[in-house]
Amino acid sequence: MSTRASHSRIGDLARTFLLVELLRGLRLTGRNLFRRKVTIQYPEEKGPQSPRFRGLHALRRYPNGEERCIACKLCEAVCPALAITIDSEQREDGTRRTTRYDIDLFKCIYCGFCEESCPVDSIVETRIFEYHMEDRSERIISKDRLLAIGEQYEAQLARDRQQDAPYR
Amino acid sequence: MTDKAEASNPDHVTIQVDGVEMQAPKGAMIIEVTDRNGVHVPRFCYHRKLSIAANCRMCLVDVEKAPKPLPACATPVADGMKISTRSERALKAQKGVMEFLLINHPLDCPICDQGGECELQDLALGYGRGVSRFTERKRVVKDENLGPLIATEMTRCIHCTRCVRFLDEVAGERELGGMGRGEHTEISTLVGLGVHSEMSGNVIDLCPVGALTSRPYRFTARAWEMLSHPGVSPHDCVGSNLQLHHLRGRIKRVVPRDNEAINECWLADRDRFSYEGAYSEDRLERPRIKRDGQWQDCSWEDALEAAAGALMQVVEQHGGEQLGALVSPSATVEEQYLAGRLMRALGSRNVDARLRTGDVSDQVLRPAYPALGLPLADIDTLDAALLVGSNPRAEQPIVNHRLRKAALGGAAIHYLNPRRHDFNYPVAEQLVAAPSTLVSRLAAVAAVLLEERAGEAPAGFRELLAGETPDDQARAVAGALREAGHAAVMLGPLTEAHPQGAALRALAGLVADLSGASVGYLSEGANTAGAWLAGAVPHRQAGGKAESSPGLDAVAMLAEPRKGYLLLGVEPELDCWDSATAMASLQQAQTVVALTAYVTPALEACANVLLPMGAFGETSGTFVNAEGTWQSFPGVTSPLGEARPAWKVLRVLGNVLQLGGFEYQSSEAVLAELHALLPEDAGETRMAWQAPAAGQDSGGLERVGLLPLYGTDPLVRRAGSLQQTRQARDRSVRISPATAERLQLAGADAVEVIQGDQHVRMPLVVDEGMADDAVWVPAGIRETAALGPAFGPVELKGV
Repeated sequence: MSTRASHSRIGDLARTFLLVELLRGLRLTGRNLFRRKVTIQYPEEKGPQSPRFRGLHALRRYPNGEERCIACKLCEAVCPALAITIDSEQREDGTRRTTRYDIDLFKCIYCGFCEESCPVDSIVETRIFEYHMEDRSERIISKDRLLAIGEQYEAQLARDRQQDAPYR
Repeated sequence: MTDKAEASNPDHVTIQVDGVEMQAPKGAMIIEVTDRNGVHVPRFCYHRKLSIAANCRMCLVDVEKAPKPLPACATPVADGMKISTRSERALKAQKGVMEFLLINHPLDCPICDQGGECELQDLALGYGRGVSRFTERKRVVKDENLGPLIATEMTRCIHCTRCVRFLDEVAGERELGGMGRGEHTEISTLVGLGVHSEMSGNVIDLCPVGALTSRPYRFTARAWEMLSHPGVSPHDCVGSNLQLHHLRGRIKRVVPRDNEAINECWLADRDRFSYEGAYSEDRLERPRIKRDGQWQDCSWEDALEAAAGALMQVVEQHGGEQLGALVSPSATVEEQYLAGRLMRALGSRNVDARLRTGDVSDQVLRPAYPALGLPLADIDTLDAALLVGSNPRAEQPIVNHRLRKAALGGAAIHYLNPRRHDFNYPVAEQLVAAPSTLVSRLAAVAAVLLEERAGEAPAGFRELLAGETPDDQARAVAGALREAGHAAVMLGPLTEAHPQGAALRALAGLVADLSGASVGYLSEGANTAGAWLAGAVPHRQAGGKAESSPGLDAVAMLAEPRKGYLLLGVEPELDCWDSATAMASLQQAQTVVALTAYVTPALEACANVLLPMGAFGETSGTFVNAEGTWQSFPGVTSPLGEARPAWKVLRVLGNVLQLGGFEYQSSEAVLAELHALLPEDAGETRMAWQAPAAGQDSGGLERVGLLPLYGTDPLVRRAGSLQQTRQARDRSVRISPATAERLQLAGADAVEVIQGDQHVRMPLVVDEGMADDAVWVPAGIRETAALGPAFGPVELKGV
């Protein structure tokens, strides 16, 4: 180190005063100045999403309007964060249905196990990731909200499942 | 090794299972031996308490030198047998059977209530193929309605026939059967009659798949998410052991807990489905005070202050003797003990849990508590029995099950009742007599035994016979009891409610003495025995020590109205011997403080303060069953709303009243204090002979007012599913054909029942089994709540 330092001390001084390193950095900047930009103008612009994206949850319905969920409680059992709470009963027509389906979004770790375990593709994770709440109590999304999200994004959800089907 | 073992125990053989030598009794089936030695053999149809059917073929094992795999459940062991449960051949056979079982089994595990605790699901994991090779259509079977307790999904059935064998062999009613053959086999009710056995719920546990599931529990929870805690049945003196399954503070279902000495692995429907009553709409969740005739919710402090103030006011104005306490016979020992202590500390001995006892004249002569006189398990091996005023099928279904085992083993079971009941086993003799003549019929049996002994009749005995000469039935009963090596005389709840109960008890004691039989009581409620030992009776202090001068019993307390009453878990219009008098006395009282789980119009009409107490599963405590076993259980869920366990309420009431020694920290502390007071020899059941008053034939119609199967206590009365059963819906008045003829009621289907000033209109059934002049008018139901005494004169009028 000491020999090399003595050997290039004048050189170092010259480099310091000639701003060589600055210019070297500017060269990189200059190169990228005319390249195609990768930065997107979020939130006006959005990046690409995988069909397997795991965002906000939704409960789906069948095309005839019947809710898919049959209250088997597998998602509740598999949930590693214990974020799902389900109450069930026999509906008037004799079928097994939930009376309560709550997801605690603070607890949820978006692992997608619930979706994975669902035998009827009812609970799914949508591509929605931009949501907020103004009150802690809003963190729990209930069955009617989950179903409403499912109804709103059904076309997208169905398309995504379709796309992923060959790999399942 | 083999020679040595045979030399040491000639009844045993040595077999080799998977290379391990095992000793087995001769004639045992392979599966019994493997089960005992912890080797698991898969099975569906085999159940240790049922006969062997060998029709599922899942337990095929490889036996050396056998040409084919053999079913382990139906192959007796032989000396030197070499069995392989996991060899290639055995596994191939088991997997093949599993593939066939799964052919027609629907893939609806996610909506099946058995999912997670399903024997087929479990075994399919180990023996099933990943993918089915079956591409044809699956079989579909139409469901049948098996009543309000059992839900069916017969497409799931794998024809193990456990349910068929249970109903036939244990419940004693062949209500299900297998129809058709091969793929067309269906389990169905034989002629569409449904399943009505009082033990029917056990088929839910027995069904290895989800074909038979619990209807009240249907779709409400999953096996894996519930917590399970032990409990004890609060309905009869058997004290069946239970396991309470609960989720988020609500009991979801009740299943049996194995106890060979008490309920084996069975449970009566009443114990299994009564939990529904804990969540009925009329649960009291907040303390209430009546102010200016209006009920208002209030805080516990206000309610306890008001209750204590009102009780103290009665004591100060009228003296302690003007207070009376009516305690439920199904309250825990701790609650009964604290109620007794509280009353005695306030200067009153009027505390009684024998709400339906019509005759207490012999109470000081009776043993420390009404014990059965033999262990429950010994009922199985009785050679002869005489049950007086007892219908165990409705009163203690597990006792009935054990009596049935004895009867099928050849025991002569005799009954003396005002009605010929339907039993599910052969009964040797059913003596049927109107209530007032029960005494002389029993005396006739005693007379036969006396004749044979040529002994001196005890004083007053001749008068009891009242000119009746022993008939053939009496001779048969006496003969059977005397000849039997192991005989018992049991007194049912009717003898307690009977106005000449003392005579019946004395005579039963005499019959037992003369025939060498044991004598005992099948008492009402879950804890009558505990009440006697805990001092919730007016003639005994806690621990069973006699009071120098007894207080008033429940009937007397209401017949001679008090100024203040304390009610503990009692529905006065349904639980008392004389409903009409009970309500009148409570309504005239200055103060009625009621600890109750439910708020009813009757309580609202008579009480001043309502204190909400925990219902089934919400209170820790102890029950003493008929054989004298103390069974403690924990509080499993927290009481609804602001309700509190009754022992805590009584404890704080004691504090507010500033009575000393009410500083218990737990129900165990209460129990420990009581235990210290107990005598060593509380199990004696014999009674000294006392000449009872002779029975008087009233000459008119006599009421028989017993509690129906599903009307025994406030909890059962609110269990929705049980109330829809055939047994609960039958609320008719019954009379014999001769009586109907005499009253010109032969064709009538309704009748006016009149007792004193009270009258109600009820459906009428002419019943061949009724004794002449006896009128079956059930107690414990709303329809008859307006009537008077459970036993006594009654009039019928056509409508």
